[in-house]
Amino acid sequence: MNNSIMHNKTIADIIAGLDAGEFTSVEITQHYLKRIQQLDSTYNSYITINEASALAQAEAADKRRAEGNAPAFCGVPIAHKDIFCTNGVRTSCGSKMLDNFVPPYDATVVENFARAGAVILGKTNMDEFAMGSSNETSFYGPVKNPWDTNTVPGGSSGGSATAVAAHLAPGATATDTGGSIRQPAALCGITGLKPTYGRVSRWGMIAFASSLDQGGPMAHTAEDCALMLNIMAGFDPKDSTSIDRDVPDYTENLNQSLEGLKVGVPKEYFDEGLNPGTEKAVRDALAELEKQGATLVSISLPHSKLAVPAYYVIAPAEASANLSRFDGSRYGYRCEDPKDLRDMYMRTRGEGFGDEVKRRILVGAYCLSAGYYDAYYRKAQQARRLIKQDFVDAFETVDVIMGPTAPSPAFEFGAKGKDPVAMYLEDIYTIATNLAGLPGMSVPCGFVDNKPVGLQIIGNYFDESQMLNVAHQFQQTTDWHKQAPEGIEIGGAE
Amino acid sequence: MTIERADIEKLAELARIEINEATIAETTQSIADVLALVDQLQAADTEGVEPMAHPSDAVQRLRADEVTESNHRDDFQAIAPATEAGLYLVPKVID
Repeated sequence: MNNSIMHNKTIADIIAGLDAGEFTSVEITQHYLKRIQQLDSTYNSYITINEASALAQAEAADKRRAEGNAPAFCGVPIAHKDIFCTNGVRTSCGSKMLDNFVPPYDATVVENFARAGAVILGKTNMDEFAMGSSNETSFYGPVKNPWDTNTVPGGSSGGSATAVAAHLAPGATATDTGGSIRQPAALCGITGLKPTYGRVSRWGMIAFASSLDQGGPMAHTAEDCALMLNIMAGFDPKDSTSIDRDVPDYTENLNQSLEGLKVGVPKEYFDEGLNPGTEKAVRDALAELEKQGATLVSISLPHSKLAVPAYYVIAPAEASANLSRFDGSRYGYRCEDPKDLRDMYMRTRGEGFGDEVKRRILVGAYCLSAGYYDAYYRKAQQARRLIKQDFVDAFETVDVIMGPTAPSPAFEFGAKGKDPVAMYLEDIYTIATNLAGLPGMSVPCGFVDNKPVGLQIIGNYFDESQMLNVAHQFQQTTDWHKQAPEGIEIGGAE
Repeated sequence: MTIERADIEKLAELARIEINEATIAETTQSIADVLALVDQLQAADTEGVEPMAHPSDAVQRLRADEVTESNHRDDFQAIAPATEAGLYLVPKVID
């Protein structure tokens, strides 16, 4: 086979190729490592590259396969977002605060992939503590969007999205608190899935906003996301918010017809803030699904406008509590020569956190402070229930809900300037699903000025299979997900 | 409500984050912008709505009171800024 385009394979292709003996895990791992060495200085999608350990894992995987003892991901190379703790491998969360942090344990998601035989190429770049929608807040510098290196890849999982889009990994783990899987997937032209809250263990996943954070997969296709979710999903007694519920085989329903599917189209997701080119691509995608037998139903999610304000109370409030652990005492950064304990706390946190993280901690502290709790935090939690109820009502009559993932395609570095609110509105269509705890996906559905557009699919609780089925069927009759950025050679059809 | 420099100084003290003099005006402005955004919540009619803390309204699960972890103190302290005799060292608290 032609080694030069080994990286055009999906995860499903890689599993089939390894099974058939077309190539070994060592070969494909070496191929990806070489690409990362050659190309990632342009994109900055990796914070840490695991060259030696990846090759050792690949050798072990080839040996297991030869012994006829290959688990599901045996020898498949992937990358982990640098928010998942990896035993013995630095886990920075994109922050100076954790630049020297080498966890003594694996996150459950990391453990699951290790048990499944995956090879971990490295740890991907991200907005600091997952706070951002452009990857510009990373301590390790911004990630560049492979479709246009003057533009952002989205965030916070911009490193994972770029690694997949630039074919520097066939799939990567990511996390989504307000859109951090779906928005970068949209901006980078790949497929990403945020599961139902409680579906994937948060143990060992560095906490940002605990009632919203959820890990999920990023890859080129819905089928690959299904394969990855099969490894990631499941009850974990170590995560007190994990839900004890059977995990289906997410690949099982991929091939079902969409005949009779009812797609809710919320009018609030096609408002004045939406880029006209993005709208056209999304409307064309909906028409494509109609051709496959789906029916579009106009719906309303009347409390949509409350989502962004409610999120910017709840997420900072939870972050201010979660990030209080970073104080220079037990691990991570400590300032030089503290003169007393207070000075150690103040300077460690003042020097170790970047501006956006500090801003959110201060906003959170404000919303939780005496006299303001009811007006902000309690009010936001009430708004959250109204937002959830909108979705519950809608799912009485529709099977899935669809609209744009992000209001516009990738924007240039610095475009959102110093106004944090402009950046926050990037997640205007994704945040509500986190508040409601629903699963959501983004699937490539077109281009505006050669920049990818994402179609968002929102599913009912624990119905990831249905979303994946819809996304997979869409990908059978469209090829948006097969496009590659200029300069990324993926060869022709085999 | 308006946020002033003194409010930010108080919050910074509560959150134990040093904000340097050069950036405090900018920090005050950007936090005022964020709070103006979240103030849109005040217009919502939430009379009688039960606050929602967990999307599935799940409650904290209790586990059996059993030993499940072995002692990892050495591993944890290996990555600490300063330790001595199994203890974490921080600057002196009491003179």
